[in-house]
Amino acid sequence: MRQIAFYGKGGIGKSTTSQNTIAALSETLRVMIVGCDPKADSTRLMLHTKAQTTILSLAAERGAVEDIELEEVLLTGYNNVRCVESGGPEPGVGCAGRGIITAINFLEEEGAYEDLDLVSYDVLGDVVCGGFAMPIREGKAQEIYIVTSGEMMAMYAANNIARGILKYAQSGGVRLGGLICNSRKVDKEIELIEALADRLGTKMIHYVPRDNVVQRAELRRMTVIEYEPDHPQAQEYRTLARKIEHNKDLVIPTPITMDELEELLVEFGFMDSDEEYKKVLAADKATAV
Amino acid sequence: MTYIEDNKELIKEVLDAYPEKAAKRRSKHLDVYEEDNSKCGVKSNKKSVPGVMTTRGCAYAGAKGVVWGPVKDMIHISHGPVGCGYYSWSGRRNYYVGTTGVDTFGTMQFTSDFQERDIVFGGDKKLAKLIDELEVLFPLSQGTTIESECPVGLIGDDIEAVARKKADETKKPVVPVRCEGFRGVSQSLGHHIANDTVRDWVLPKADEYRKLPEGFEPSPYDVNIIGDYNIGGDAWPSRMLLEAIGLRVISQFSGDGSFNETVMTPLAKLNLIHCYRSMNYICRHMEEKYGIGWLEYNFFGPTQIAKSLRKIAAQFDETIQANAEKVIAQYQTDMDAIIEQYRPRLEGRTVMMMVGGLRPRHVIPAFEDLGMEVIGTGYEFGHNDDYKRTEDYIKDGTILYDDVSGHEFEEFAKKLNPDLIAAGIKEKYVFQKMALPFRQMHSWDYSGPYHGYHGFAVFARDMDLAINNPTWSLIKNPWEAK
Repeated sequence: MRQIAFYGKGGIGKSTTSQNTIAALSETLRVMIVGCDPKADSTRLMLHTKAQTTILSLAAERGAVEDIELEEVLLTGYNNVRCVESGGPEPGVGCAGRGIITAINFLEEEGAYEDLDLVSYDVLGDVVCGGFAMPIREGKAQEIYIVTSGEMMAMYAANNIARGILKYAQSGGVRLGGLICNSRKVDKEIELIEALADRLGTKMIHYVPRDNVVQRAELRRMTVIEYEPDHPQAQEYRTLARKIEHNKDLVIPTPITMDELEELLVEFGFMDSDEEYKKVLAADKATAV
Repeated sequence: MTYIEDNKELIKEVLDAYPEKAAKRRSKHLDVYEEDNSKCGVKSNKKSVPGVMTTRGCAYAGAKGVVWGPVKDMIHISHGPVGCGYYSWSGRRNYYVGTTGVDTFGTMQFTSDFQERDIVFGGDKKLAKLIDELEVLFPLSQGTTIESECPVGLIGDDIEAVARKKADETKKPVVPVRCEGFRGVSQSLGHHIANDTVRDWVLPKADEYRKLPEGFEPSPYDVNIIGDYNIGGDAWPSRMLLEAIGLRVISQFSGDGSFNETVMTPLAKLNLIHCYRSMNYICRHMEEKYGIGWLEYNFFGPTQIAKSLRKIAAQFDETIQANAEKVIAQYQTDMDAIIEQYRPRLEGRTVMMMVGGLRPRHVIPAFEDLGMEVIGTGYEFGHNDDYKRTEDYIKDGTILYDDVSGHEFEEFAKKLNPDLIAAGIKEKYVFQKMALPFRQMHSWDYSGPYHGYHGFAVFARDMDLAINNPTWSLIKNPWEAK
């Protein structure tokens, strides 16, 4: 059984990308999705629901995780993909990180990991605390795919996630499988992400173009694979799925410093250099006088 | 070599066992006192060296166990998992008058008993429910304090919001105390945090909360006893003495004190502070805000009691001063009898002390009244101002050890071979197994009171019982036994 995880900045299209990819993977493999995001939106396209009942919300209602049964939270969705969401507290209270730890411990103890070829974790944003690193710690996801786009904050998050992977690479053996570029139609996006991948010691495993069919499918709470299986966009996800399935290029990432990341952005014209920045400020001052 | 040089050599020997870095850090916390050397002194209030055995507690211990815990008619909630509350339950023997479970709650333990769910979803909802339930169960409680345990600080529970809401609903004070144990280097920060909550959450509303006793008229002789926690009943003989010289104690904060006494404090003319370390903060605040002066005193042993009574009386008029002389004279016979009885049995015996807030200095004169000599002393969590004050109490050559480690204390004891070790429960059995008489100076070994003239009688008896117990002639320390 392989265990992989999708990480990426919030709002990058991580859940959409991961579900479409999983849908494609499910054509050949037995898959389980473990959503590790308090929003609980990692399985909705599989289950055709708004958000499924999460482990933690049910545990909170009943009193403790010991009071719930696996069948109540482990649902079967499109193409027999098994779906579970950890859930978490409402924004501003409690500890979402601990929630993920609790939920994964529950799944292990209850035997959720049996009869599977692949487990996929879908993890919120940055590696913000120990809890969000749970899926990459020992015995869990061994391959990480970072969903990103050619925007500064997405790249910043990608680099941070690489740092998290590096931390656990020695102790737990987790590796970076590659960057998935979910296109935002930014100029020179492919070149930029390829350059970032190069710096991180990995590769851009696939470039997912932007297509409105994704939104049309989402409106129907479906993946493109299910909604329009013959659409070229579905083919893109299948290609990505096959690349992941056969990926042998797993690396210990080489995260870069904030300065290096900024240099990269300057190089690609996303940011001005320090000299340019000072010139602009000076010019503003001159006009003000 | 002189005694001072010997002891300096001893410190060096003791430090030799450490790795270089630890030795360097610890060396600053150990010194030999020399009267004519202003450079001597120890560093204090620093993080303990990892790997050594330290006896320190945490901020939660300081806030709940020391400052707030003794306020007897409030409910003090240990907010977090059950352990902190359970293992600090009734540990300090703060005696009080009242009907436990009805109008007072001192020996009871309340906790929000965090479960996994409370960590993940926040414990604020449970806390609110707990306060509601306690209000039903104990309608005579005069308010609530919420002492945060570590996880509360990590998950960011908004205990202030709960406190405000519940105070509105119950029309009683609810005080949130952010004393998570990981804050600061010892329990000392917890004292400070608790003092700050009195400043921020209690005193601003003191006029609203205060219920004046019937017929209460302010008097120029109104004083507060601050920082006597009534361990083994310590505050009672202290209060008797202050009343005997004509002062009116309007508040004991916090030993055997009520919440109403806490809000009575701004009405006093003078704050009399026994434990400076844990309560100086609120005294300074009351001085700034209400212009109430504060005075440190020491009620251990007849010499210091007389000195303190005179110092206190000097703040008032001649009547009080005359009363003080009368009271001192009145107890003189009793004190002489005690000293006559015990001094011959204790004369020349040596003591090593290691305690908390005020005792490493305050108790020294009580030992000296019995003819004993303190050859080493130190604080668990003292600050520079404590060590400064200690200089008034110690003699040339006394070893000072701050936040002493297990290794250091044991080695000092082996070499100096004192007749008594006076420290806490964590040290007790170690030294007794070394065949050294031992008294607990935190809890008075389930005895007390030790304050005031009445307390001195108990103190003298207890020291004699420990040191002259025939058991000690029957056992040998491990290295002598070989």
